[in-house]
Amino acid sequence: MDATGIGLWGVPLAILGGAIRVSTPFIFVSLGEAITERSGRINLGLEGTLVFGAMSAYAVAVMTGSPWLGLIAAAFAGLCFGLFHGWICKFPKVNDIAIGIALMLFGSGLAFFFGKPFIQPSAPDLPAIPLGAWSDIPQVQAALDVNMLFLIGAALAVFLWWAFRNTRAGLILRVVGDSSDAARAMGLNPNTVRLAATGVGGALAGIGGAYLSLYYPGSWTEGISSGQGLMAVALVIFARWNPLGCFAAALLFGGAGALGPALQSVGVTQGYYLFYAAPYILTLVIMIATSSPSRSLAGAPGELSITK
Amino acid sequence: MTARFTLSRRQLLKTSAAGAALGLASASFPIGRAFAAAATVGFIYVGPKDDYGYNQAHAEGAAALKGIEGISIVEEENVPETVDVQKTMESMINLDGASLIFPTSFGYFDPHMLAMCAKFPDVQFRHCGGMWNKDKHPMNAGSYFGYIGMGQYLNGVVAGHTSKTKKLGFVAAKPIPQVLLNINSFLLGARSVDPTITCQAIFTGEWSLAVKEAEATNALVDQGADVITCHVDSPKVVVETAAGRGAFVCGYHANQSPLAPEKYLTGAEWNWAKVYKMFVDDLIAGKPLPNFTRGGLADGFVKMSPLGPAVSEPARKQFDATLAEMMKGGFSVIKGPLTSNKGVVVATEGQAFAETAIELESMDYLVEGVVGSTA
Repeated sequence: MDATGIGLWGVPLAILGGAIRVSTPFIFVSLGEAITERSGRINLGLEGTLVFGAMSAYAVAVMTGSPWLGLIAAAFAGLCFGLFHGWICKFPKVNDIAIGIALMLFGSGLAFFFGKPFIQPSAPDLPAIPLGAWSDIPQVQAALDVNMLFLIGAALAVFLWWAFRNTRAGLILRVVGDSSDAARAMGLNPNTVRLAATGVGGALAGIGGAYLSLYYPGSWTEGISSGQGLMAVALVIFARWNPLGCFAAALLFGGAGALGPALQSVGVTQGYYLFYAAPYILTLVIMIATSSPSRSLAGAPGELSITK
Repeated sequence: MTARFTLSRRQLLKTSAAGAALGLASASFPIGRAFAAAATVGFIYVGPKDDYGYNQAHAEGAAALKGIEGISIVEEENVPETVDVQKTMESMINLDGASLIFPTSFGYFDPHMLAMCAKFPDVQFRHCGGMWNKDKHPMNAGSYFGYIGMGQYLNGVVAGHTSKTKKLGFVAAKPIPQVLLNINSFLLGARSVDPTITCQAIFTGEWSLAVKEAEATNALVDQGADVITCHVDSPKVVVETAAGRGAFVCGYHANQSPLAPEKYLTGAEWNWAKVYKMFVDDLIAGKPLPNFTRGGLADGFVKMSPLGPAVSEPARKQFDATLAEMMKGGFSVIKGPLTSNKGVVVATEGQAFAETAIELESMDYLVEGVVGSTA
């Protein structure tokens, strides 16, 4: 170990730090999508919502000087996108996946259009909590600079996991997702529940976008998301619609994404393209290991168009 | 049934008047290349044109043409390096009448630009990069590039004076010759100050991946690098992340000092306005456009950002002296004895490759002192 670097310890530290830094957008988008899918709908448009959330948060933060107002704006924009998706999908014979793809392109395009003047200016960042202050190693301090949103995301995952099982709202969401007929027999309107679920999901995705542009990497560029929204939607299936699973999968993806740069920084420089594929290889391995020829996906909501 | 083929007198008059007008119009406003009185020049960018980086540098060059009489500019940004760029080129030619096109991104060349060269032999294409080869490629194509490695050498000189840990960091996109030359130049510049300095390179694999660039910068700082530079399309994320971690930064492509005024040392910038004006002057004069255009600091293709407040006096002196040496021309960054970081001799004692050496455009090694791998 030389005097200035932290040598091989950098790799586990980078994976830890990367898991905390990179995972937050995955956490919010996948939790939002878990709520939406539990109600029996898929919103593929969350990639567009994420990008639009990132743009609107950055723009509002630049104009008002307050990152918190930016965060609220992103959540509101996401809510609007989600409600729009939910509203269109209530009409008969409308395919939620097709609408989702349309909204993904629409959200990104709209964000690029309105975001033009905001590529250059710098916005104030969301503050971080220095949980690493106990350590006198600057690298550890940097890795443990945790943003509030990460902690909120973690708490939200636990809360949703509990609420899906133990609250009336959770029961309503699950019954609508598993059987529209049963829900109607209970006197529930599936469309209203799904509208609300898609709206909340969109708002969470917008918050994920705000994290991207206001904290890490902390600037608005058109390539800021590079597909993270889509990845998070896939994570929900990977996590079997379980909020705690979503949180764990998001951490896994964040940490695995940090592996490539960290290994190169300690001198493992061969085959970095392979390391960059690590999250995807890991996903494949877990999917294969947990699949079964004798049953369908455990935990899949019955009304979901991909499982019907 | 003959009535169908007869024209009324009124129709005949109308038609012939229109025909005459058309003939007059084309006689008085010839669109041929020989005159090129109203030429349209197309610019294609791979990213947004205000990205604090590669695309902004080109767009600033294009903007410098806007005042020139008889020249109009068409631009399209965010064009992927796929068949999309072929469609963009076709529409610039067919709809806007472009007679000269600058597809500015590396991956546009093969096969996209070459396909368009074959399809539109009357249109001139000039690609930014080092890909064009007289023996292999058509004559309506060409390439232009600047010896910006010299700028990275100067970055390295300042970085070498500023670094306390004697470790530098380089966030690179892809291991292509231009990127490798920049990494090597950065290290050799620093080694001209202190031969024990090393440089850690991290490749992200893509020209623009904000999150991975931020991760790479963090990993470099974690390993003790205290001056960071980069070769990615938009250095904004690298500059902000490095400065946020307390490291110094050297810029690339454009001037990023507004992003980190205290930590920004200097930067290697493009000056494409000069290059594009040269091409357009030839176009207006009706001269054939050059196929192979290169230039460096002395030719005004490349410039340096003003030195930042953290640059020490000895650093400033050596920077000025090296710059003055480069302005004379013939400065060699790669000179023997020099081995690659795999131990292969790349330049023997007394052998030197000046900035103009064509061998440098097929560089496939990192020099000794760079920690990193080309694959």
